Amino acid sequence: MNLKHKDLISLATLSAEDITLILETADSFKEVSGRDIKKVPALRGKTVVNLFFEPSTRTRTSFELAAKRLSADVINFSPGSSSVVKGETLLDTARNIEAMQADVIIIRHPSAGAADTLARGVKSSVVNAGDGWHEHPTQALLDLYTLRERKLQFKGLKVAIVGDITHSRVARSNVHALTKLGADVRLVGPPTMIPRGIDRLGASVHARFDDALREVDVIMMLRLQLERQSRGLFPTIREYSKLYGLNADRLKLAAPGAVVMHPGPINRGVEISSDVADSLSSVILNQVSNGVAVRMAVLYLLSGGN
Amino acid sequence: MVMHSSEEKTEHRSGKLVMDQHEISRALTRVAHEILERNKGTEGLALVGIRTRGVYLAQRIVRRIHDIEKVQLPNGELDITLYRDDLGLRKGQPTLRKTSIPFNIADLKIVLVDDVLFTGRTIRAAMDGLMDLGRPQEIQLAVLVDRGHRQLPIKANYIGKNIPTARDEDVQVFLDEEGEEDRVIILKAEWGGSP
Repeated sequence: MNLKHKDLISLATLSAEDITLILETADSFKEVSGRDIKKVPALRGKTVVNLFFEPSTRTRTSFELAAKRLSADVINFSPGSSSVVKGETLLDTARNIEAMQADVIIIRHPSAGAADTLARGVKSSVVNAGDGWHEHPTQALLDLYTLRERKLQFKGLKVAIVGDITHSRVARSNVHALTKLGADVRLVGPPTMIPRGIDRLGASVHARFDDALREVDVIMMLRLQLERQSRGLFPTIREYSKLYGLNADRLKLAAPGAVVMHPGPINRGVEISSDVADSLSSVILNQVSNGVAVRMAVLYLLSGGN
Repeated sequence: MVMHSSEEKTEHRSGKLVMDQHEISRALTRVAHEILERNKGTEGLALVGIRTRGVYLAQRIVRRIHDIEKVQLPNGELDITLYRDDLGLRKGQPTLRKTSIPFNIADLKIVLVDDVLFTGRTIRAAMDGLMDLGRPQEIQLAVLVDRGHRQLPIKANYIGKNIPTARDEDVQVFLDEEGEEDRVIILKAEWGGSP
């Protein structure tokens, strides 16, 4: 079976089979990442460009490592060092990069839709590494991969996604993918942080954390974007933490063996208490290492075949 | 494995039979004896099958060696997809499977096992893959069928049967482990091109 897409922009447009193919392919790359020599020649001669208009050390490094483990050449562009500051448009920047024979362009951009615009304008494969509040497909894929390792199957899995759903591209990608794979998704957060109409994607919406937590198998905590706090989406951080923070007592409401996830970086003591973040229930560091394997799978699948 | 296997072809089940169940069985028994003879026993020996059919053949040879010597040799499975030199030249991605070699290959004598030796590119990829896992003392090659037409200077140490073929013919191996009756057939391939 092949991934019949030139680009990876959104999980909304992938089928359950496509998602499963990526996760199964990532299995092979996890094996590669466990070897002494963590490198295979699959993308030898290919060029991968990291085009990051927003700072993100974690995601950029993960993509860079993934590309290097596949033996691709990697170039990093950031707006501060490119002609974007001189007024060049996104498409012109990308076409210039394409003219340097780039095979895959990985883009992070503060505007939703930037990755899609780019994909339509260039022949290279484009991977969305986060566009505005829209989607962050590889982060969701690594969440799914990590869950699959722990829970084996998605059908009937009860998942709570907690926090600022409105501003979370990770949450949106996860809702698309998890509902497609048959999971029961519950969105929890202050009403000011839940976008209207999100229940149309197949997830249920809850304002009270404790209610939504009952019997869930997975608790996916989102990072509270403290920089948005000035916009008054909730009264105080302390109140947010009291109502929507995950601590050891609250964790007991979930199903036995429930898994705690967080895309990082964590605000310890705000959305998640330190004892929970460092507990055996937490798979936060597994998410990071699985990120490389999942991104290798995505790069490999997009680069293979005509 | 041949570069163009059954996955890329239309359904062919007919063709000229060149090895039947008994012949395959006898060939593998002979290969098992030859491996023991060449290596003077089982000391430091391990078998690695190239996915998919090479894995089954390696397991069969390991069983035969066990019958003869009462020694269970280490046995692994190697997926060479990531070491192929034709990614991007093909119409779709080859299916990626996991490599599983649950022992340290360093300083072992590794017998690579595959079903058909053709251009030699699969074996080159397999040797590259093995080298990334460690430094074996020696790599030997066992194949069920050698059909010729090498594109690389590679030669098998153990051959079940030499089957001279034309370039536009295809050799297909069917095995019991895949739900087929053991047999090797030769047929005119539809693709007719070079890999």
